[in-house]
Amino acid sequence: MIDYSKYLNSGIRSLSPSGIRKFFDIANEMDNVISLSIGEPDFQTPWHIRDEGIRSLEKGKTWYSPNRGFADLLKQISAYYERRFSLTYNPSTQTLVTVGGSEAIDLVFRTLIEKGDEVIIPQPAFVCYNPLCVMAGGIPVNINTKNEDNFRLKAADLEAAITPKTKLVVLPFPNNPTGAIMERRDLEEIAGVIKKHDLMVLSDEIYCELTYGGRNHVSVASIDGMYERTIVVNGFSKSYAMTGWRLGYALGPAPIIEQMTKLHQYGIMSAPTTAQYAAIEALKNGDRDVKHMRDEYDMRRRLVVDSFNDMGLSCFEPLGAFYVFPCIKSTGLSSEEFCTRLIKEKHVAVVPGTAFGDCGEGFVRVSYSYSLKHLKIALERIREFLKEL
Amino acid sequence: MDNLLKLLSQNSQFSTAELAAMLGEPEDYIQAQIKEYEAKGIIKGYQAVVDWEDMEDSFVEALIELKVAPKRETGFDDMAKMCMAFDEVESVYLMAGVYDFALIVRGQTMQDIAMFVAKKLSTIDGVLSTGTHFIMRRYKDRGMNLTALGVDTDERSQFL
Repeated sequence: MIDYSKYLNSGIRSLSPSGIRKFFDIANEMDNVISLSIGEPDFQTPWHIRDEGIRSLEKGKTWYSPNRGFADLLKQISAYYERRFSLTYNPSTQTLVTVGGSEAIDLVFRTLIEKGDEVIIPQPAFVCYNPLCVMAGGIPVNINTKNEDNFRLKAADLEAAITPKTKLVVLPFPNNPTGAIMERRDLEEIAGVIKKHDLMVLSDEIYCELTYGGRNHVSVASIDGMYERTIVVNGFSKSYAMTGWRLGYALGPAPIIEQMTKLHQYGIMSAPTTAQYAAIEALKNGDRDVKHMRDEYDMRRRLVVDSFNDMGLSCFEPLGAFYVFPCIKSTGLSSEEFCTRLIKEKHVAVVPGTAFGDCGEGFVRVSYSYSLKHLKIALERIREFLKEL
Repeated sequence: MDNLLKLLSQNSQFSTAELAAMLGEPEDYIQAQIKEYEAKGIIKGYQAVVDWEDMEDSFVEALIELKVAPKRETGFDDMAKMCMAFDEVESVYLMAGVYDFALIVRGQTMQDIAMFVAKKLSTIDGVLSTGTHFIMRRYKDRGMNLTALGVDTDERSQFL
């Protein structure tokens, strides 16, 4: 019997698998589980976008695309950032189409980080940043955002985390799991610190179309002096309900995109061709779909926030993404206990806040990417659960 | 589209508190708005969507096409009024296309409906011809899946 551990890279072995696997295993073994735990749109990709993918297949467009992506798609992405955020990116030198936003995040880390560089990653945050940073040789330095700050990143906390080894700051806003956003004045405050310490920024804007309460997403790249320090990561999954198509992109300074493109070229070759044809249609004619989905999410968001506050679980108003992050400390249970008991006793699945960093203790993530009918049943069961505690 | 009407047409049993939360309006405003819609006749009524298929007192429905000769003065409205007056007629629609009216007609048996069409509808002055299509099974009605076919199944994988 071979001892494979001697062959395995020690870095990859040190990564912990997703901590809540055990929890999902419980959910999978149960009948009649109603889930509020999924992190992708419940909408299907709008038909006209699917049609363009189908049409490209009918026409036999089944080859690789250019490494960076089809020129037409690069042009549409660039036009989109101009139109929505008044940011200008040259389609042929500052834009790269990737396999989901996740690939773009990995490329940014591997392109910028050298062994021992520190990367500031606010938490709670999506689970991929820390492991990908580690695999690139970096040292993740986590900053805990706080409920009382509406989970926004504060300049003082950022300043306190910076050392001479700090190279990069990750800005995951609108945020999964908290639903927090950064408004212009929040970004201006942290931009001062970033410039002062001469740092780069990875801005993960995958939820940029899902902001509510009249707040439009502001890209940190649009803050004075930040354009040249920012690599924007975005994609089609959340805005156009295209998760399964696996298509994302990166925008940034040409010398950085050029190096990222090399990695992409050797590791991936090119993003899926069919998905790129569909994405061109999404950017050209998808604004109405985006608005429709945003309006639907917004109604659900209000219902869910209102219900949690009404049940006595305080819940700050999330202004982005499709999650709410209620505080469960009043129950006296830990996040994991709360979730385990909720699923065992009422068959409702929500995710413990600790899945997104230790500072998520005392919170749970509730996805409202579900129909109103589904949400109503689940909320009713949570209400019963709390009463019986 | 008015979001309040949209929500009520999806599910008229949302409480005013829920509607108020979803729409970000005060509850008394929502109550007043619904009253106003009812008074103006914009909201005509509230019904349950029933799957009658397995119920004992089951019935048959048919879609009836009517070709008619419109009247000089009143166009199609007179004909519509005549059709609406029958209890057997559930719905009356004026159509664009190869025929003029579509009616949904309900009866105890196919024979009932056939007799109704022959004796009551086709004898109306101005009706040129009829066509009867029996509804065999209702899969989806008013936006709702009436079957056990898993079109609403959540096929998403578990990701964070």
